[in-house]
Amino acid sequence: MSVLTPHRHPGLNLGHTDPETHREAEETLFGFWVFLMSDLVLFALLFATYASMLGATDGGPGPRDVFEVSSAALETGVLLLSSLTMGMASIAMKYKEPPHRLYGWLAATLVLGLVFLGLEARDFIKMASEGATPQRSGWLSAFYALVSTHGLHVAAGCVWLALSIVQLAVFGLRSEVKLRIMRLALFWHLLDVVWIFIFSVVYLGGLA
Amino acid sequence: MPTTEGWWPLVFGRLSYDALPFYSGIATAAASLVVVGAITVAALLTWLGRWGWLWREWLTSLDHKKIGIMYVVIAMVMLARAVVEGSLMRAQQAIAFDNPGYLEPEHFAQLFSTHGSIMIFFMAMPFLTGIINFALPMQIGAREVSFPLLNSISLWLTAGGAGLMMVSLVIGKFSTGGWSGYPPYTDATFNPGVGPDYWIFAVTLGSLASTMTGINVAVTIYKKRCGGMNPFRMPLFCWTALCTSVLMIFAMPPLTVATGLLALDRYLGMHFFTNDGGGNMMNFANLFWLFGHPEVYILILPAFGVYSQVISNFSSKILYGYDSLIVATMCIAVLSFTVWVHHFFTMGQSADLNAMFGVATMTIGIPTGVKIFDWILTMAWGRVRFTVPMLYALAFMVLFVIGGLTGILLANPAVDFQVHNSVFLVAHFHNMLIPGLLYGMIAAYTYWFPKAFGFRLDEWWGRVAFGCWVAGFCLAFLPLYPLGLMGMPRRTQEFFEPDYLPFTIVAGVGALFLLAALASLVVQLVISIRRREELAVPGGDPWNGRTLEWGIPCPAPEYNFAVLPIVDARDAFHAAKEDGTAYPAHRIYSDIEVPKNSMTGVVFGISLAAAAFGLVWWMWWLAIVGVLAAIGAIVARSFVLDTMRIIPADEVRRQDQAWLTLVRRLPATDRETETTSANRGLAEAAAV
Repeated sequence: MSVLTPHRHPGLNLGHTDPETHREAEETLFGFWVFLMSDLVLFALLFATYASMLGATDGGPGPRDVFEVSSAALETGVLLLSSLTMGMASIAMKYKEPPHRLYGWLAATLVLGLVFLGLEARDFIKMASEGATPQRSGWLSAFYALVSTHGLHVAAGCVWLALSIVQLAVFGLRSEVKLRIMRLALFWHLLDVVWIFIFSVVYLGGLA
Repeated sequence: MPTTEGWWPLVFGRLSYDALPFYSGIATAAASLVVVGAITVAALLTWLGRWGWLWREWLTSLDHKKIGIMYVVIAMVMLARAVVEGSLMRAQQAIAFDNPGYLEPEHFAQLFSTHGSIMIFFMAMPFLTGIINFALPMQIGAREVSFPLLNSISLWLTAGGAGLMMVSLVIGKFSTGGWSGYPPYTDATFNPGVGPDYWIFAVTLGSLASTMTGINVAVTIYKKRCGGMNPFRMPLFCWTALCTSVLMIFAMPPLTVATGLLALDRYLGMHFFTNDGGGNMMNFANLFWLFGHPEVYILILPAFGVYSQVISNFSSKILYGYDSLIVATMCIAVLSFTVWVHHFFTMGQSADLNAMFGVATMTIGIPTGVKIFDWILTMAWGRVRFTVPMLYALAFMVLFVIGGLTGILLANPAVDFQVHNSVFLVAHFHNMLIPGLLYGMIAAYTYWFPKAFGFRLDEWWGRVAFGCWVAGFCLAFLPLYPLGLMGMPRRTQEFFEPDYLPFTIVAGVGALFLLAALASLVVQLVISIRRREELAVPGGDPWNGRTLEWGIPCPAPEYNFAVLPIVDARDAFHAAKEDGTAYPAHRIYSDIEVPKNSMTGVVFGISLAAAAFGLVWWMWWLAIVGVLAAIGAIVARSFVLDTMRIIPADEVRRQDQAWLTLVRRLPATDRETETTSANRGLAEAAAV
């Protein structure tokens, strides 16, 4: 018997520890990667729209007037940390560690995701109170559309995390549940990647 | 009439009695037709007691063939509406010299907007998606697509979008901004009504559906091919489906972004495309055509695939230049992302930029030319049979080359400046889409119909329809070339230049032929259903086919293949017939897993369509309920783990052996008699 199944996919492979789920994962995970690619095109276009509207402040506030690097950096830290906890959850699942660890890591990811959303909402409210609403200018429209599309994805990820915890409790570690957590992990890490670009292009680029 | 205060706006938003179409006789008639049609269908289903059957056998089915057929049904219903709309416009222009005619300018603008939106998003897209869904898994020797539930969700999103288009005919006025929905025609200042909102949400539902279809089809092709079916043994239709699905994956998101941002402008007062506040309409043009040009190839590539199958099949020859056709298809798919600016050469870019996009556009002519030569050489020295699908393929080759040449003219920015926004352009893209896409889809419908329902379509009425489509296209659109060169602008409701009139009258006559073509398709279907015993081809191979789907019964069983095939050649079924190994008697059968029915797709699609209707009319409660119901459907589904049904091996054996016994008793048909009732679906070459 071959040590590794021939099909491997980027991301967590279950080849050694759970060959059966690994085989099922092949098609599902490939499909999810293709979806993520399509989703990235959506973000790419929102970035392009944002870039093309950098100067379109219409006499209203610009990046230097409304961005706070400390808050954005804090959000970055929280989201990166949540990716770490998500990774730990994947490892706990792969190596069949005691179930409370998987629950714990997933719950930690969920809490960090919610904290991130809270911080982002705080930023938005503060900006709006200073008159930097999405209606103020083309640049602000593009800013809010890009950042809140990411935020909406994180919110969807949080719902998915909560659902995964419930499904773990209801079904245990069945391969269907595992496959969903594997896809959730890919989704969550992708949101991290997109955020790195938002932090670099929107916040750091805007304040540079 | 309480429409702005009290409880009314909370419940009905901005919907009021004014939304009913009594402002014009034609609009009232059209709306009545939709309502009467819907009531008739519902009454008929109730009278026949077929609601349960419809729900179990069709609406909730996850069988890729049934989903494909439902897509085609949507496409045909929408085709009927949009052809009628086109004819109304042709009739208007045929009498519009110095005469306001019978259509108000605003009504005319609604007509060209719905005609274009429907033809692209709810006729062409569902038609090709349906054909791919139906034929592709069988061609690669698979039993299912990779994600059957996602497939159903895509279908129901498309149905929801199409339904919204139909509702817009009855309640409220549609957008006047054309199928491309350019602001400022569609922004809240110019048009605060519901029309652009209908357009935004109908198109968005269709766009999301197509993205998911793209993912599904691409993964199916990558992961579900049967043993021995390496990529370079796939029928060419599969390659074109692959390229189309990849284009869908990358090109639908720009449309979703464009409509999404336009919605933000209209609903939340943002400034993406507005004239003030730092908005920039050019961003919409770029986003839209970043989708819109690949879309053209999403539409045409599957038709190229169909022609490749049809021409090879009815020339009784292996496809000439298979590898070059694959390379050409790939080149077209890649180049399609490099030419979008040619849709707005006149909108202010530098000459150098225009030149670059002009050259890129002309480059696409090269791979397309390669294809034409390959098809001609496939026919050369073959025994060409002039069946209905082949007739469409021949008409396509002649007419498409003309359209291609006018495209090369338009690709030159200097020429484009002269004829842009004229009916020359209208002639050009109808010349690509009618002989290209529509003929291809009707050819596919005729070609694969027996595989879906077990009997052929009536040949004579098929020819009548073919004649009408060709005559109709030529009369209705070829006059628009000279008319465009004479300077007639597109989307003109009334004109004052007497020289235009003879041409618009000829075009009007062409529209009558197109209506006749549509009617012929209906007659053909009715007559074929009546004569289904006579036209039945239970043997499964009415056309002496070459690819795997012809080696299974007509209609195809739910599981497609009793035993999954293993292939060692291109045109695997043809090779098997040559070797005498077609119709093998299997010794071992296994249990087959097929996906159970699911109502998730139905609930999801209808909920989101309801939410879209709520957004259009500012009934916020309905929008919230619809979105929550859609999410709820997915969450509920995630708790269903028992999603597959087993067809026992004994049942498969019984069905397969009964069919093989039948095949052995069937008389073999030679190619001279394949269009007569002697054709029982067993080809002479393969007589067992």
